[in-house]
Amino acid sequence: MNPAAEQAPAVSLHAITKRFPGVLANDDISLAFHAGEVHALLGENGAGKSTLIGILAGMQQPDGGHIEIAGARVRIGSPRESLRLRIGTVFQHVLLVNSLTVIENLMLGGAWWRKHDRKSALGRFHEISQLLGVEIDPDVPVGRLSLGQQQQVEIIRALWHGGNVLVLDEPTSMLTPQGVEELGGVMRRLRDQGVAIIFVTHKLREAYAFGDRISVLRHGRLVGDIPPARLSAMAEEEATDEIIRLMFRGEGEADSADADILVREGHDKRARVEFDSSAGAAIMLNNIVTRAEPGECALDDISFSVKPGEVFGIAGVDGNGQKHLAEVLAGQRPALSGSIEVNGKPADQDGVPARRRLGVRYITDERLGEGTVAGHSVATNLMLKEIGAPPYWQGGVTLWQRIFSHARQIIETHDIRTPSEHTQLGRLSGGNIQKVLLAREISADSSVVIFNKPTYGLDLQNTRLARERIITAAEQGIAIIVISTELDELLELCDRVGVMFGGELSGIVDNHGNAETQIGRLMTGAKAA
Amino acid sequence: MISSVSRVLLPIVLALVVGGLILLALGKDPLAYYDYVLQRGLFNWSGFQQTVIRSSPLLLIASGLIVAFRAGIWNLGVDGQFLLAAVASAALAPVLILSLPSWLTIVICCVVSILAAMAWSLVPAFLKIRYGLNEIITTLMMTFLGISFANVLVKLPFNDPNNSVPQTMTLPVADRLGRLFDTTIHSGIIIALAAVFAVHFVMTRTAFGLRLQIVGANPRAAKHAGLSVGRLTYATFALSAGLVGLGGAAEILGVWGTMRADWNPAYGLLVVPLVFLARFNGIAVIGFTLFFAILMIGGESASRRLGVPNFYVLVLVALLLIFLALVEYLDHLSRQRKKA
Repeated sequence: MNPAAEQAPAVSLHAITKRFPGVLANDDISLAFHAGEVHALLGENGAGKSTLIGILAGMQQPDGGHIEIAGARVRIGSPRESLRLRIGTVFQHVLLVNSLTVIENLMLGGAWWRKHDRKSALGRFHEISQLLGVEIDPDVPVGRLSLGQQQQVEIIRALWHGGNVLVLDEPTSMLTPQGVEELGGVMRRLRDQGVAIIFVTHKLREAYAFGDRISVLRHGRLVGDIPPARLSAMAEEEATDEIIRLMFRGEGEADSADADILVREGHDKRARVEFDSSAGAAIMLNNIVTRAEPGECALDDISFSVKPGEVFGIAGVDGNGQKHLAEVLAGQRPALSGSIEVNGKPADQDGVPARRRLGVRYITDERLGEGTVAGHSVATNLMLKEIGAPPYWQGGVTLWQRIFSHARQIIETHDIRTPSEHTQLGRLSGGNIQKVLLAREISADSSVVIFNKPTYGLDLQNTRLARERIITAAEQGIAIIVISTELDELLELCDRVGVMFGGELSGIVDNHGNAETQIGRLMTGAKAA
Repeated sequence: MISSVSRVLLPIVLALVVGGLILLALGKDPLAYYDYVLQRGLFNWSGFQQTVIRSSPLLLIASGLIVAFRAGIWNLGVDGQFLLAAVASAALAPVLILSLPSWLTIVICCVVSILAAMAWSLVPAFLKIRYGLNEIITTLMMTFLGISFANVLVKLPFNDPNNSVPQTMTLPVADRLGRLFDTTIHSGIIIALAAVFAVHFVMTRTAFGLRLQIVGANPRAAKHAGLSVGRLTYATFALSAGLVGLGGAAEILGVWGTMRADWNPAYGLLVVPLVFLARFNGIAVIGFTLFFAILMIGGESASRRLGVPNFYVLVLVALLLIFLALVEYLDHLSRQRKKA
């Protein structure tokens, strides 16, 4: 099927090993990437994909092993050298200057003594646009493009100096379902032009849909490889089983539950106790508007309500007002106009402490950025939102012994893996930091809990734990709002899903039947019918 | 890894050794110099009293810095705040003493000095909270303005016309801060020690101190937790500058009784490395301040006696900073290697 694969690989890795303090990120990995092939690199978070990409992009040096390009041994000492070797990398997060136009962004990085040659740059731009089959106005500031278009600009930049190898690191995480399809088209066209594409993902379905060859990484090791000939002969179900076998070979029962998350991919809602749909709303928003700040998407006339025990999802491409919505709900950001009621009581003027007293809890997506203080102890972080409250403080004086023993108890009941309650929080793994947040925010007196990207960056096991936690909380009668960019997650957890676009709620969809396509359409700004 | 004790002592020893080599290069006997410093700064009774007296403004400044640094505010405007507070006391005390008892004069002067220093910190606090301006720059700018403004105040409105040198009127010796027993040490040292202990307690054992630390460590987390970051930042600036201002008042009311134009001991930036060396620990800072005061007092007489320039003490401070940074860096490296 793929004659190019018979030639010498475009890039090959030989026994690449990379150590970081405490982890073996890449352990003796040998891989070959061929021209004219989409090579899907599959693995969960922490499997070592990003490190491998970093090495190819010249941002990190391997501790052992070597890299060959077209059969010749090379050393990729810097990102510049990586580009010179015609390896273009598109990272997960967009790295463009928002205030510059598309063409200006592409001309960055030219030699400083040379005048910008706009004309030939435009020529090159059209050449690559045609190759990709995309249409972008080169004179529009990048900030005004959609995330999908920004990503296309990044791909153009990666190919600017004549890319032989294109590395895409989790390129679908910021895209709508339609955007993902479009990206698939771009990858196929480039592949047919003879570019070697390395497509890094943690989503099994995408790996199968777009990859000609699939390699699976696990705990820093290459655990399996399905070459094109075999892959094309397999049906989707067969391939899925094979990959799951590779990812979880020889592991116990816990992992079969993890595999379940991969396979389920949100096609059916998880069974749980139905909530009482005749109850009054636990939280109700009416026509909420927030102040727009530079670089942020403000809310424009948002209204919805959530009943006790209901799970309400917020879908949408990142940056369409989700952050403001979460902050308004938590009391962290004032609304310019509109009203909020919690359990029937008006709560417009309440800040975080007053909202908390009403039972509103917010689990932020920025666990280290704003959820916790990395340099302080686990015990302090568990108390972060209760500083000064009895019985841990009396007359403003801290009773550290009580705080520590409370923390020991929480660590035990929530299975937080930490050397002790005195350990600096920043030393914990992402999954354990999330457990600290969950323990802090979900308690007997919570009535509304907002989860912002609850499983972002977590491995499968912790993803499963976090989702189970959401389900149990709902079954206890807590009103749940889940904000997520992972559509699969919302389809698995939610009763209804609201879709955000440009700061507005473009529609609310009941989660059954063809919810996925409806949500996908709403994510692009199409109004609900 | 380096133990915490040697992490603190190593920079000091290295600074003294390299400082000694510099003395050797100048043709002076370093051992004689250090011996003299110790003799005059510590083992001689009047020298020791001088050392303790010198410690009190340093300790008050240190306590002000600890509050700020622990709350993540880099208040480097100490000298301006200190001098303006000193002017306030020097201008007010000789006038008030004519109609009020001396204890009341001292209390009023201290309060006014504290307020003057706080007022001077208001501008950087406002700029930081409202516009996010970096306080390192604004406090430094305010300190230059403060030093000049203090001079203007001494030379123009508060100048004592009966004196040929520009200075304020003088508070009689009998009305200054009380002496301890029959020494020359004024009671400012008690105030300073109380301030250091109080700051240490507040920062480590109270909800208020913990809130300040959270704001300092991660302002976004503080906002997320519902703390009013703006109000706590104002409080930090005010407390920090207030303690520094109290230092200025104590120096005037306890030692000088008057303020001369162009008087600027510039203690502020000398105390900063000590506070870092003590890792913002209130108890540890007492030891370092004492050590430093010995060096200053002993160094003043030693330089006269041995012909070493007076600012040699500053060379030692610089070396101390360099080796502090170096030891921290090496320690950091070895920790990382150990983890790998």
